[in-house]
Amino acid sequence: MSAPRDSMTSVPRDASSDRPLLLANVSRRTFLTGVGALGGFVLAVGFPAALRAADPPKYGRDGMPDGWVDDPLAFVAIGEDGTVTIVCHRSEMGQGVRTGMPMIVADELEADWKRVRVAQAPGDQKRFGNQDTDGSRSTRHFFEPMRRCGAAARAMLETAAATRWNVPVGEVEAQNHEVVHRASGRRVGYGALAKDAAKLPVPPRETLRLKDPSRFRYIGKGQLKLVDGPNIASGKAQYGIDTRLPGMLYAVVARPPVYGGKVAKYDAAQALKVPGVVRVVEIEGSPPPAEFNPLGGVAVVGRNTWAAIKGREALKIEWADGPNREYDSAAFKATLEASARKPGKVVRNEGDVDAAMASAARRLDAEYYVPHLAHVTMEPPAATARIVNGKCEAWGCIQSPQAARDRIAKRLGLSAENVKVNVTLLGGGFGRKSKPDFMIEAAVLSKAMGGAPVKVTWTREDDLHNSYYHTVSVERLEAGLDAGGKPVAWLHRTVAPSIMSTFNPEAKNEAPFELGMTAINIPFMIPNVRIENPEATAHTRIGWFRSVSNIPHAFAVQSFVAELAAAAGRDPKDFLLELIGPARRIDPRTLGDTWNHGEDPEKYPVDTGRMRRVVETAAREAGWGKALPKGRGQGVAVAYSFVTYVAAVVEAAVNEKGELSIPRVDIAVDCGAQINPDRVRSQLEGACVMGVSLATKEEISFKAGRVVQDNYNAYEVARMAQAPGEIRVHLIPGDFNAPLGGVGEPGVPPIAPALCNAIFAATGKRIRRLPIRDQLMKA
Amino acid sequence: MVTLHVNGKAQQVDVPPETPLLWVLRDVLGMTGTKFGCGMALCGACTVHLDGRPTRACITPISAAAQGKVTTIEAIGGDQVGKAVQAAWVDLGVPHCGYCQAGQIMSATALLQQNPKPTDADIDSAMSGNICRCGTYTRIRAAIHRVAQKGATK
Repeated sequence: MSAPRDSMTSVPRDASSDRPLLLANVSRRTFLTGVGALGGFVLAVGFPAALRAADPPKYGRDGMPDGWVDDPLAFVAIGEDGTVTIVCHRSEMGQGVRTGMPMIVADELEADWKRVRVAQAPGDQKRFGNQDTDGSRSTRHFFEPMRRCGAAARAMLETAAATRWNVPVGEVEAQNHEVVHRASGRRVGYGALAKDAAKLPVPPRETLRLKDPSRFRYIGKGQLKLVDGPNIASGKAQYGIDTRLPGMLYAVVARPPVYGGKVAKYDAAQALKVPGVVRVVEIEGSPPPAEFNPLGGVAVVGRNTWAAIKGREALKIEWADGPNREYDSAAFKATLEASARKPGKVVRNEGDVDAAMASAARRLDAEYYVPHLAHVTMEPPAATARIVNGKCEAWGCIQSPQAARDRIAKRLGLSAENVKVNVTLLGGGFGRKSKPDFMIEAAVLSKAMGGAPVKVTWTREDDLHNSYYHTVSVERLEAGLDAGGKPVAWLHRTVAPSIMSTFNPEAKNEAPFELGMTAINIPFMIPNVRIENPEATAHTRIGWFRSVSNIPHAFAVQSFVAELAAAAGRDPKDFLLELIGPARRIDPRTLGDTWNHGEDPEKYPVDTGRMRRVVETAAREAGWGKALPKGRGQGVAVAYSFVTYVAAVVEAAVNEKGELSIPRVDIAVDCGAQINPDRVRSQLEGACVMGVSLATKEEISFKAGRVVQDNYNAYEVARMAQAPGEIRVHLIPGDFNAPLGGVGEPGVPPIAPALCNAIFAATGKRIRRLPIRDQLMKA
Repeated sequence: MVTLHVNGKAQQVDVPPETPLLWVLRDVLGMTGTKFGCGMALCGACTVHLDGRPTRACITPISAAAQGKVTTIEAIGGDQVGKAVQAAWVDLGVPHCGYCQAGQIMSATALLQQNPKPTDADIDSAMSGNICRCGTYTRIRAAIHRVAQKGATK
């Protein structure tokens, strides 16, 4: 039996020697009287919601639950052998955070990357600050605190050396894992200083000297390989599904196929006869809203996963389906369309759209449909838990370890202090694994098995049948053009069940955070704009999916812009740039966007100059307007999401049979400065493929309340042969002293509309319903 | 009892002969490098080599696997081509989450063992049974070409 991947205990330990690492072995009080007196810890604790409402708004990292921590004692440990251990407190799901975040600390610390190890933090937000790895926030929220962590530890090492040599601290300097006395040339390594440095107080935040960005050795350079790369390539990397504990049992769960359904009765007799099956356990569900709770059902616990799967096949279960038993995607599409054709809640209103429409030379309208989507992370949800002496320890591929910890504690009736959640690598996340329902299942089953370790594995069918799906939406766009083809009126009705319905069954309108994703906050030069949001009712669990509401909104808005350009007889790129207009910095609140991705509207205005620049860059690099053979065309789209600007130019090729291929995509991204440029590129490449995948293939549909698709044969995703031939990512240089943008998600939204615009250019066919599938095929 | 030959070692396992090789590797032998993705040979995450041929462990009963020699991601680095593929994956930063990459590496290694200079079309054809949800396909292609250009290093 292999041990679970080493994660931190209360004190970081060197896994090879089990020796406490020195900096971290200092009494916690050192920090509390040091940095804590400056108020950093107060910020990290956060305030109750009732108090928060009366306070001035908090933005960015300050507005997140448990805020941020920049305490080097929480994040950095140095061993006497010079090994520097840096804690990553966010979940690695492919975005490269376990490389990028420690790299920031290492750079400010002047650590030699070859001597850095990365340890994964368990769920403990009081100690590490917010750990919800979502919203493309990790780097933009923690770049500065992580720099300060490194700089504070560096200052402690410098002070220790200066004290040892009895020279003023101003005469010494940390350089690549050593402290150097400039005048005498004396040098001492970090390992030799660790013990002395550990006795020093953490320096006050305002005394820290951050590096000038010109002196960065890793940040922005892109030369470092992924810390997990060798383990991934050799099969040693440990994901949630890979946890193994002595005496562990394996479970799969039969869950209600209809949202809100429950077990009416079940017969376990045959299941218990399957070799290797140990026990059958009913898991209590909870009525909607689902929130983060397990759906309930019947679990089969066995000696291995296969035994549990075969046991589950032998269960006889009668379900009471409940009120969502008639949910039918075809019928629901018609319902959404009907709603989109009637007025709804007005969420932004400028000028007089009705009058402008009435006097317009031409009017156009179009409706766009995006179905439910499933994340289908290659690693399905999986978690392990055991309970020993009233304490629960869990392991899982979780984006929100603190939420998992709190919910496990609540469900088991324990205090959070008695629950430890260890974060493994995530085999994909995309928002699915920000919901800890699967981790709670493991804890419930461990309790049922007397505390024995139990691993719950979701099969692919489970993942498709019981996900938290991307919403389903109809976007209706109407516009009036003047005689010169210039848009004078814009009406957008967006209709989609809200993610809030998963928490509040009364929620029927999109939340500000959904509207603020490319629907309400379009900065177009149109005098009359009205955005409406008719109601929609959810009949399944709706959740976050990489780039969330930007997917349908950007698809509709950016497709419609190209439709208007075609109607006006204009070049789509020129037309788009004219709609964006001249460079200006717009307060998002003036666009009706009160959310702004949680960021300060002063620091993060909607910057149309940056938006123009990504469009111009992508177009230039793609050779926009170049002569292409018959059946080929280029399409452009831009989206501002997660406070980052991304434009894509897709080149599509459609052959005489109607088969689509994508020879090339050019993507320009302005996310501010790039900490790890290669990972920015790779995220944009991956987002492009995901965008192509959802545009061409993906659809979750319901019939009789149940998801129709069982596995990858029915829920198709892009494979190698459908991937673009070439994806060229163009990074707009940024300033390390300016606010950063997100990276993980903003690459997705422009892809589907750019692709459909390219298909229009290639064939004259306009796609308004995703996925494209066989819509291009000739009979 | 079924005797499997995994990575050059004979292993006796006491599970029903119809049990898929995948779950025996992972749960019984503790070799978790081979991944579960679909259970229906649709995604390639569980790819191993059976007598050198890429094989989906999730639908291969151990009774069938016992007829040949199984190589998994844990041992593919012992093969020159496998080692070069692993190195190219690391050098070019192919993985995102990395979960599918064991299967990708096993498929790519088998391709390059059979066809040391594959074209893009050869790669698309050989690799299309392996899904990567993170979308690393263009880098996988580049990494395979890199191995083909450099040849498997000794």
